[in-house]
Amino acid sequence: MRAALFLIALVVLALAPVAAPWLQFVLTLAIAKGFAALGVAVLLRGGLISIGHAMFYAVSAYAIAFLARAGVNEFVLLLLLGTLASTVAGLVVGAFMVRYRAIFFAMLNLAMSMVLYALISKLYGITGGTDGMRLAVPSFFGVTLDKARFDTALYYAGIVLMVGVGYGVQRYLASPLGHALSAVHTNELRLEYLGVPVRIVLLIAYTISAALAGIGGAIAAMAIGHILPEFAFWTASGHLVLVAVLGGIGGVAGPFIGSLFLEVLHTVAVGVTDAWNLIIGVALIGVIFFLPSGLYGLIRRRSGEPA
Amino acid sequence: MLDTLIPLAVDGLASAALIFFVAVGLTLVFSVLRVLNVAHGSFYSIGAYVAASIGLWIAGAGLNPWLSFPALILSAAIVAALFGPLVESCLMRWTYGKSEAIQILVTFGLFLILEDLQRIVFGVSSLAEDTPMQLLGSTRIGGVVYLNYQLLLIALAALVVIGLRVLLTKTRTGRLVTAVVADREMAQSIGINTNRVFILSFSLGVFLAALGGALATPTAGAAPGLGAETMVLAFAVAAIGGLGQIEGAALAAIIVGLARVLAIYFAPELDAVAPYIVMLVVLLIRPYGLFGQAATRRI
Repeated sequence: MRAALFLIALVVLALAPVAAPWLQFVLTLAIAKGFAALGVAVLLRGGLISIGHAMFYAVSAYAIAFLARAGVNEFVLLLLLGTLASTVAGLVVGAFMVRYRAIFFAMLNLAMSMVLYALISKLYGITGGTDGMRLAVPSFFGVTLDKARFDTALYYAGIVLMVGVGYGVQRYLASPLGHALSAVHTNELRLEYLGVPVRIVLLIAYTISAALAGIGGAIAAMAIGHILPEFAFWTASGHLVLVAVLGGIGGVAGPFIGSLFLEVLHTVAVGVTDAWNLIIGVALIGVIFFLPSGLYGLIRRRSGEPA
Repeated sequence: MLDTLIPLAVDGLASAALIFFVAVGLTLVFSVLRVLNVAHGSFYSIGAYVAASIGLWIAGAGLNPWLSFPALILSAAIVAALFGPLVESCLMRWTYGKSEAIQILVTFGLFLILEDLQRIVFGVSSLAEDTPMQLLGSTRIGGVVYLNYQLLLIALAALVVIGLRVLLTKTRTGRLVTAVVADREMAQSIGINTNRVFILSFSLGVFLAALGGALATPTAGAAPGLGAETMVLAFAVAAIGGLGQIEGAALAAIIVGLARVLAIYFAPELDAVAPYIVMLVVLLIRPYGLFGQAATRRI
């Protein structure tokens, strides 16, 4: 049942741009944000809420912009190096962050991301400040493509990445390391008594979550072609948490479902109403109080499995 | 050097005073409700818009311009009366005792709602109304001109610190609030109406945030996006001082204000970064803030 649902969803995703070309950009961005939201969801499983995770999204995007300026012009290289940049950033920042819990963890992440945001928007000479940085269309596996073709290639590469990386994250969450992460949330002290190094468990989770946000930032940077400091603003981080919770953090598919659902709904809704944030705010509060396992939990319940 | 630094310091402290009003409201709400309200900054921007609208109306109707001073306070009171009891009883109350992740998310939802409400009611253009600043004029001390309004802001901030301390320690209501902060369940079991205390403290917090916004209009006006910006700044100040610490927030506001002054003087491009760098350094060394005390670890 689940495998069938999963396959149907993939086919629909792959065919959507053929039926409605305008959807392609929206869906590419949704996948990019889904990656970052998945990163947030990984941390949420450990009971840690980060309202600064957009910083890793921005680190990757800006790393790509700098690399492109230095002459690197290949999709695969940019994706790998952008993700590497945010992974390293995650490892370094994470080494400090794992000492804190609950509200202090949230606050420090916020502080860190705002330092980055303020620096990016003020250092005109290096980052172009609030004007942002432009990114030329890279080649794709060595093939030079025009903008429209590249966007299509990027979209399908995004779907492949989503499935591949999603599978990897699922394996990680199901591994002893992933279970140890959930156990930090349940009872950290007991975990320590069992001899599990809690900080190492958290540092690995933090680094993975930064890497996931980095993949998202890389895809977004190449899809939009214009990178702005707003990538790192705290409301962007808030939206990532929102997407993760709306989709559900119970499984890897949750954040992607949340992100795809939200982006498509957003595109449709802006034509009808301009009170989008109001609607989404009400929806978020509704989901938290009445649907704690998110949209993904709803789908799983419908298909007869325990949420 | 001092000739430039002192006027800059007055400027920095005046803007720090505005942030302090928001931060102290945030800290008060946090200590009583134990919820970090991410939407708190929105009350600042709503307060700014309400004050600017009323100020423009007073000017347009040809009333005595000195009325614009009580109008600033009145605007904050209106915002507090409109949102305080409503938001506390319909939304915040359902998050008490839940995990921080849920509290932050619910208030983030509230932030989104308030941002849109503000946009729908007041539009996306910025409003400017500087009658109060013009009326007070300026003072010349030692060849340097100071805006009297900025001096008033600093004095008002000091007054709020003292006022809150007196309210919390000397009045019956304040004692009730302190009791609820100390032990919520015990307070309830000896017959304190905790719901009333919650509504009261939350509304006072909203009032302080809206007051900051209202007092900011004569110098800065009201503009969209102000809520999100103020939120993080107030958050930084509250965190540096230690969440729940009134005097801590005041000291933190002074530190942040002066840090910005030094940044403007020595490295102007670091102006906006300064508050967050201070926050980061303080939190890395003392995660509970300058005045906060570490809670004992719960098993």
